[in-house]
Amino acid sequence: MAEFTMPSLGADMDEGTLLEWLVHPGDQVRKGDILAVVDTSKSAVEVESFAAGVVDALLVEPGTTVPVGTVLATLSEAGGAPAPVPPAPPAAPAKRAKRAKRAPQPPRQQPQQAERVHSPLVRRDAQALGVDLAQVPGSGKGGEITREDVRHAAAAAAPAPAPAAPAPAAPAGERARVTPYARRLAAELGVELGAVRAADGATVRAEDVRAATRGAPALPAPAPPPAAAPGVDPMRATIAAAMSRSKREVPHYYLANTVDLSRALAWMHERNRDLPMDRRLVPAALVLKATALAVAAHPALNGFWVDGAFRPGSGVHLGVAISLRGGGLVAPALLDADRLSLEELMAGLKDLVVRARGRRLRGRELTEPTITVTNLGDQGVEAVYGVIHVPQVALLGVGKVVERPWASGGMVGARPVTTMTLSADHRVTDGFTGARFLDLIDRHLQQPEEL
Amino acid sequence: MTRMVETTYRDALREGLREALRTDERVFLMGEDVGSYGGCFAVSLGLLEEFGPDRIRDTPLSESAFVGAGIGAAIQGMRPIVEVMTVNFSLLALDQIMNNAASLLHMSGGQYAVPLVIRMTTGAGRQLAAQHSHSLEGWYAHIPGLRIVAPATLEDARGMLAGALADPDPVLLFEHGSLYTMKGQLAEDAGAVDIDHAAVRRPGTDVTLIAYGGMLGRALDAAEALDADGLSAEVVDLRTLRPLDDATVLESVRRTHRVVVVDEGWRSGSLSAEIVARIQEQAFYDLDAPVERVCSAEVPMPYARHLEQAALPQVEDVVAAAHRTKG
Repeated sequence: MAEFTMPSLGADMDEGTLLEWLVHPGDQVRKGDILAVVDTSKSAVEVESFAAGVVDALLVEPGTTVPVGTVLATLSEAGGAPAPVPPAPPAAPAKRAKRAKRAPQPPRQQPQQAERVHSPLVRRDAQALGVDLAQVPGSGKGGEITREDVRHAAAAAAPAPAPAAPAPAAPAGERARVTPYARRLAAELGVELGAVRAADGATVRAEDVRAATRGAPALPAPAPPPAAAPGVDPMRATIAAAMSRSKREVPHYYLANTVDLSRALAWMHERNRDLPMDRRLVPAALVLKATALAVAAHPALNGFWVDGAFRPGSGVHLGVAISLRGGGLVAPALLDADRLSLEELMAGLKDLVVRARGRRLRGRELTEPTITVTNLGDQGVEAVYGVIHVPQVALLGVGKVVERPWASGGMVGARPVTTMTLSADHRVTDGFTGARFLDLIDRHLQQPEEL
Repeated sequence: MTRMVETTYRDALREGLREALRTDERVFLMGEDVGSYGGCFAVSLGLLEEFGPDRIRDTPLSESAFVGAGIGAAIQGMRPIVEVMTVNFSLLALDQIMNNAASLLHMSGGQYAVPLVIRMTTGAGRQLAAQHSHSLEGWYAHIPGLRIVAPATLEDARGMLAGALADPDPVLLFEHGSLYTMKGQLAEDAGAVDIDHAAVRRPGTDVTLIAYGGMLGRALDAAEALDADGLSAEVVDLRTLRPLDDATVLESVRRTHRVVVVDEGWRSGSLSAEIVARIQEQAFYDLDAPVERVCSAEVPMPYARHLEQAALPQVEDVVAAAHRTKG
């Protein structure tokens, strides 16, 4: 039995609205299939399943806002081994769904109806025996569940085998055992502990939290929840919290380099002449590809500052800043941009812009950028000195392409040039690395045919 | 380039004594059988011939009397080194050590310091049974006014005595009985070492093994075995048991997030308990697993070899504890 929960998607999300179910009970789903569309304060996001199985029950109605970590649906294993936790009686899901609607409350808190406090001993026993405490009648003082009750409940479910090792982090509604360091790390990484699975089936450790940041749906988005004053647009509040944190904690350094684009643009125009309209390149694609290649060569700029140390990204996932109609911006990732051909990158970029503006981004795209590129050239500025999107450690700004007098080989001529700026985290890299990075982008753009 | 020489823990201790006796005429050694017999563990062999009976003094079998005499000599300006054969026997002198040596500076309003060094053998592993084998240094580490040091390496065996003699307060130096025959390379010009800090004897990233004295070797062997299992263990040698060097321990905990404390003492109310408490107080939010302890079984040390070994922390116990911290 797997649970499909409201994920934490992007900085500071603590609740989300279920917009639409894309599956029905009984549907077979594979890992990675999109099950639902969720509205965050930023955009509508298609949420993938990180388990395979058959959709058992949809527990939350579209239009409902629930805290992060709320179970949205349950999946049963398709013809696999019996589930380690006895399936809840049919009444339970409906009840839980009703409770879940009573939003918003802090996600880890017990739902109100089950606001029975269990002793640590009882919780441990229940976990060891695979008993869901929400289903256990209490015989103790004031209806408290005793160890005896847990043992009886376990005996009643006797034919069920002992819980297998990779059980879910905790029975439904129970708070999992989490080590102090894992708890701190989760807070720093913005990982919702309710969504973290314990590798040993019992205790969530630091490694499990890190694993959750690598997969779906938790993410490295460590800013504390923004205290949005009433009337403040939630996206504005999100940006405010992330940017304040960046400027408060990250020692930025800035470098700039003006790049002659005449070769790159000439090559691009030549190439575009033979291509149908929908496959033509734009200068941004060349810049992004050159950047991705340079990032791959400078891994110290590609990743995250977490827990007092740098963690390299698992690939070059270029966050592309896209402004939204009606204000605000998102920076979803062009995944593995360094390995895309120019054509693939161009197609990916178009798709990303369309979906960002239509607010149909996927979870991974929002959670996995390893470095951000922001291009304000369209808006007419010549250079951008950006604020790093924490916990990333670098941001590249690209200004507009302008014709300027340019000396080369002792001759002055008019050339199309653009100014590229790097904002980087001085805790991770020094100006020397940043300078080499900018220079490498420049050199890639002087050899467009190699891109 | 410093020349290295092959030596033993016992010879290194003797060189430390010889240097102290040569360089400071206030220094003298006394204890049971330290003179004619050359020391019960042969640490002072040859010193009587070299320095004479005034400075290498055999005493009666009366720990309370000769430790008391050492305290008196220290107050009067000498720098006595008193050898007590084993820590078990030191209990006869506990009144002198605690009520006089550790207290007089305070009770005299700072008028009388007691610059005394007491050496004693500690630890099991040599089939000397329940009256010669215990590790009671943790008890002494409970007492304000004392400094407790435990050399676990040749460098420390050679150099800790000088630091102890330089300390104006009483210092207890614990030599683990199983280490006397430990062989190794030591710099020919080795000398005084710092007695304030713990030392990282082996760097690692996944788990910290904290040990001292006779258990350091076990911890290092366990670290080697863990390496083969893919677990990188850092080994911290406490060196000074009072005052404890929290900073070095905590720095290591903050690197590895997992801890195993290895202590030959009994578990209840032990030095290991104190270390765990300090880690919990100061680095709770860095712990990724409960702190593990590997201690001696809580029995009087047995004589029979197999029972004695079963009572003592073994390398495989440390390895298993380290694996438990990984979950």
